[in-house]
Amino acid sequence: MPDFGYFLSQLFNGIKLGSVYAMVAIGYSMVYGILRLINFAHGDIMTVGVYTILVLFTTYGMPLWLTIIISVALSIIVGLTAERVAYRPLRSSGEETTLISSLAVSILIQNIIVMVFSPQRVAFHLPDYLSKLHTFGTVRLSTMNIITFVAVFVILIALSYMIKNTRVGMAMRACSDNMNAARLMGINVTTIIVIAFAIGSALAALSGLMLAGEYKTIDPLMGFVPGLKAFCAAVLGGIGSLGGAVLGGFILGIIEMLFAGLMPTEITPYRDAFVFLVLILVLLIKPNGILGSNEGGRS
Amino acid sequence: MLKIENLCVKYDSIRVVHNVSLDINDGEIVAMIGANGAGKSTILKTISGLLKAESGKITMDSEDITRVDSHVIVQRGIIQVPEGRQIFTKMTIEENLKLGAFLQKDKEKVERNFERVLTLFPILKERLKQTAGTLSGGEQQMLAIGRALMGAPRLLLLDEPSMGLSPLMTQNVFDVLRQLKKDGITMLLVEQNAYDALEISDRTYILETGVVKITGWSRELIEDPGIKKAYLGGEYDA
Repeated sequence: MPDFGYFLSQLFNGIKLGSVYAMVAIGYSMVYGILRLINFAHGDIMTVGVYTILVLFTTYGMPLWLTIIISVALSIIVGLTAERVAYRPLRSSGEETTLISSLAVSILIQNIIVMVFSPQRVAFHLPDYLSKLHTFGTVRLSTMNIITFVAVFVILIALSYMIKNTRVGMAMRACSDNMNAARLMGINVTTIIVIAFAIGSALAALSGLMLAGEYKTIDPLMGFVPGLKAFCAAVLGGIGSLGGAVLGGFILGIIEMLFAGLMPTEITPYRDAFVFLVLILVLLIKPNGILGSNEGGRS
Repeated sequence: MLKIENLCVKYDSIRVVHNVSLDINDGEIVAMIGANGAGKSTILKTISGLLKAESGKITMDSEDITRVDSHVIVQRGIIQVPEGRQIFTKMTIEENLKLGAFLQKDKEKVERNFERVLTLFPILKERLKQTAGTLSGGEQQMLAIGRALMGAPRLLLLDEPSMGLSPLMTQNVFDVLRQLKKDGITMLLVEQNAYDALEISDRTYILETGVVKITGWSRELIEDPGIKKAYLGGEYDA
C-alpha cells in the first residue's frame, strides 16, 4: 500500500503534467471553438516551437527570452501557413475533410523535422534558474513548473476577458455561434479565424517549451500524443470552453500520474491507453464534457 | 440603387439562377415571390456575398459588388435578415443587437439606433440580458430584424420573414416593415406568402425555377386574374 506522501507527490506530478496539458488544450480550444476543427497538427506546431528553441538556445546560445519570441513567431507562421494552405480551401467542405487535412499537416511537419534534424531523441535542458528545484515537504517543483502553473491561469483569465469583452472576442463568439450570420454582420470571418490560429499556435509554442522542460528530451514525434491528450482534455472539460479545457487538462494530468504511480508496474506502460479510455468514457456518458453547454450537434 | 444584370448562380454545381435581372430604386419595397426552389434565397445570398455569382453583375450605386466579400457589402449598407432568422442563439439579446452594429464606428449613432430598435420591439427591451435562443420564433424574427437595423441599412434584404410564424405574428412583422418603409429604408423582400408580399410592396418579381417569369407593379399584379389563380390560391378574395 503506497503511503500518503507518495500519493501526494504523484498528485503534484499530475498537476505539473496537467498544467502543460491545460496549456496545450487552451490553444486547441481557441481554434476548435470557432471552426469545429480537430486540429491534429496542433501538437506538431508545438514541436516546431521546441526545435526552434533547441537550435537557437542550445546550439547558438541565444538568450532564452529571445529564442522564445522567435519560437512563438515561427510557430505562428507555421500555424497560419497550415490554415491558409490546408484548411481554408476546404472550409466549405465539412469538418471531416479538414480533420483529415490536419492529419496530413501533422505527418508533414513531423517528417520535415525528421529530415532537417534526425529521428533521434535529443537532450533538452532548461537553464539552471528554470530547472532549479524547490522542496515543499515531500513535493519538489522546479521554477518552470511554478511558471507553467501560473501561466495557465494568467492566460486563461486574459483570453476569457478578451472573448467576453473585446470587439474581436465578440466576433469570435459570433463566428462560433453561427458563422454565416457573423458574415452578414460584416465580420471578416477569415480574419477572426486567422487570429484564433495565431493565438493557438503561440500557445502551442509556449506549451512545447514547458513540455520539453518537463521531459528533458525531445524528438520529432513528441508533439503528437500530447496534442491528442490536449484534445481529450478539451473534450473532458467541455470543448469550446477555455475554462473547461484547463479543468480537463488538470484532470487528465492527475489521472495519468496517479495511474502511472499507483497501478502495478506491469500495466503502467499503458498509461496513454488509459487516458484515451477516459476520453471514450466521457464521450459515452457526457458528450458535452464537464463544463460544456448542452447544445446538440451543430448544423 | 441596386441593380442586378443577367445573374447566374450555381449551387452545388447545379445552376439555380438563370439570367436574372432586377433593379431596386431608392425608397422602394421590391418583392420576390415564387415557389420553393425558385432561387429567391440564392439571389439574396449572392447579393450578400455568401454565394459567388457564376456570371452577371450586381451593382450598388453603380459600384460593382459582384465578387466582393460579404463584410464589404455590409459596409455598403446592404444588410440581410436571413432565412430562418440565424440569430446568435448562445449570446444575449443585447449582444445580438450590438453585433448588428459591428461595423458602425459612430458610438452615438449606434446608441440612437439601439434605442430606436427597442422602441420598435419593446419585447426585446425587457429581455436584453436573456440568451437569444430562449426567444419564441416570432421574437427571434423581431430580434433578427432589429439586429439588421443596428447596422443602419440603406437596403434591407429580407428572406422569408414570415416563415414559421403565426398569422398574428406575421401581421406584426409586416406592420414593422411598413413602419420601416415610412422611415425611408429600401427593401428587397423574399416571400412565399405571396398575398402579403404583393400587398406591402411597390413592385414584384415572380420567379419560377430560377427565371423571372413576371414583373410589374404589385397593385396591378394583385388584381390580375391569372396571378390570383396561380399564386394567390384561386378563389382568394382580395
